[in-house]
Amino acid sequence: MANIRLSNISKRFGNTDVLDGIDLDINDKEFVTLVGPSGCGKSTLLRIIAGLESADTGTVSINDTDVTGIRPANRNLSMVFQSYALYPHLSVAQNMLTPLKLRDLSFLQRLPMIGPLLAKTEYQTLYQQVKKTAQILKIENLLERKPGQLSGGQRQRAALGRAMVRDPLAFLMDEPLSNLDAALRVHMRSELTQLHQRLKTTFVYVTHDQSEALTMSDKMAVMMKGKILQYGPPDEIYHNPQTTDVARFVGSPAINIIPGSTDETGCVSLLGRSLGIYISSPRTSIQIGLRPEHLSLSEDSSNSFPGIIRHIENLGSDLFYHLEVEGMRQRIVVRTSQSEGRRLPLGSLTCFTAEKDKHLVFDENGNRLTTKSQKLAEVA
Amino acid sequence: MSNFDTSQRMFQFSTSETIKHMVLIFGALIVLLPFYVMLSYSLKAPAEIMQNTGGFLGAQEPFRDDYCIKLGNAIADCMVTPWIYNYKTAFEKAPLLRYLLNGVLVTFSIFFIQVVIALPCSYALAKLKFWGRDTVFALVLFCLLIPVHAIALPLYIMLAKLGLTNSYAALVIPWTISVFGIFLMRQFFMTIPDDLIDAARMDGMSEYSIIWNVMLPAAIPALMAFAIFSVVAHWNDYFWPRIVVTGNRELFTPPLGLREFKGDADGDNFGPMMATAVVIVTPLLVAFALAQKRFIDGITLSGMK
Repeated sequence: MANIRLSNISKRFGNTDVLDGIDLDINDKEFVTLVGPSGCGKSTLLRIIAGLESADTGTVSINDTDVTGIRPANRNLSMVFQSYALYPHLSVAQNMLTPLKLRDLSFLQRLPMIGPLLAKTEYQTLYQQVKKTAQILKIENLLERKPGQLSGGQRQRAALGRAMVRDPLAFLMDEPLSNLDAALRVHMRSELTQLHQRLKTTFVYVTHDQSEALTMSDKMAVMMKGKILQYGPPDEIYHNPQTTDVARFVGSPAINIIPGSTDETGCVSLLGRSLGIYISSPRTSIQIGLRPEHLSLSEDSSNSFPGIIRHIENLGSDLFYHLEVEGMRQRIVVRTSQSEGRRLPLGSLTCFTAEKDKHLVFDENGNRLTTKSQKLAEVA
Repeated sequence: MSNFDTSQRMFQFSTSETIKHMVLIFGALIVLLPFYVMLSYSLKAPAEIMQNTGGFLGAQEPFRDDYCIKLGNAIADCMVTPWIYNYKTAFEKAPLLRYLLNGVLVTFSIFFIQVVIALPCSYALAKLKFWGRDTVFALVLFCLLIPVHAIALPLYIMLAKLGLTNSYAALVIPWTISVFGIFLMRQFFMTIPDDLIDAARMDGMSEYSIIWNVMLPAAIPALMAFAIFSVVAHWNDYFWPRIVVTGNRELFTPPLGLREFKGDADGDNFGPMMATAVVIVTPLLVAFALAQKRFIDGITLSGMK
């Protein structure tokens, strides 16, 4: 129920730029993920949106109102923390009741003992809201327990519940799944996406796990060193990364970046073999990105590149072959299906080919170059 | 086989362990011996105390209470059993209940105000960022080094000029700011995750509300430890009440009550005096026994798990 707009947000801690001129538009009802390696400033950015941290420059606006100087509580946002941050001395129901009490009741009505006597009906309506939320999250049977008596997943739900009861304009989540075990994490991913569809509210989600970002979000912002490198839908980011940093960060195992070259016409060649694609002007040094799934092993050495198998990763459904290619320090990772790969032992010589049109060409600084399948001069 | 091995190891004689225990037992004896004497004297007759006879309990043979006879009673009415005499005199000769009540009032006022002041201070020192925070904390540490006795005289003069001597205020005010409390609670608050405070801020709590509704409940174990330190120190304090309470027996705290039996010229009446001492330390011993587990939790500052 809210759009969030950040413009020119900068933040320094001492001498380090944590955030450097961030602009970000989050539309209403979008699930936006801020993703990046640790220390890239994503959590700080989230805390600036929440109001827990103030930016050195720039403005935050929610629903086109400037909220830069407004206290966290008055922004009507909810936050879910990595450590859940439930009040340890209160039951789950009390935890969920706290934000409602602080918002809807006067100081006198909040007092222990006297409060519930003074405002019996108010307390009842608040408790109904808590119950309703608990039903959605399926934690009704846990309402009377203390956080210490809950498992990780249950605490996660209770924390979500505390965030949800207030009907906030937007949810801010700071790595909420990273304290859960692997199986539960995957399960909670789908639950969170369903919750997002159900609540139809804006979600801003911070994670360092690119797979979470890819699976859950409508849009993801890849951050590094205090800057947003690329902002767009996950598909766009995955298939069309604008820099090598983004390409390397998104996708597991990481993309293969192979040095390439061009001839004087701008025709790109990989490991000395022409690919039949062109860039606008010839360059001495370029880099070519190829995702493991766009490579395949082949018996035929005529149109492929030779490599020695140095390591095999077996993921059950897939096999990843790490190939040593002559003249390259970095190993090439090739993904194959189980049936295809079985026969090849470590140390054997094999060949790999790349799918057509899947080459991502970057210049020597890691910026993406557009390619055409024909020489540009001829087109013109 | 393995069972046999472990049991062997369990009962194995270890010189270093034995020495450790010997030292500890010796230390415990030194600490406990005065308690033993106090308890024993509080049960014995004056003659037994003077002659050092009668073992721990004394013979408990009735003896003649000379003071009773001086009042003109018959000898037969003045025969008393030692332990009953000691405890009865303790309560009768001095208004011991009044002293105990004073002690409770003073120690709990001190503790209450100390908490009211120390919690916001330590919250600010642990969790808020402000200019000069480290300097303030260094000052707190510095104040820990100042012995009370060094500043007793200026304190007394200040209170005297304000006309506050011989009042409860004189007994309470100098102790209301406890740097030790601020230090202890600050160290404990450092261990409380920032996320919890941020969550409270998101929920709409003010900073003071965070202190009383979030930090205080989380800090109960550390507060218990601090309570023991504070209550024991001020319950047992003889020095400060002796200075600021002069004459007005209504304001005496329990340790001052011990002076009632210091007979000077008549000689000391040790039986009732030790009985008073027993009565004074018993509440502390009971409180410690009840709070023992939490006390140790608090000292090791591991209460959050």
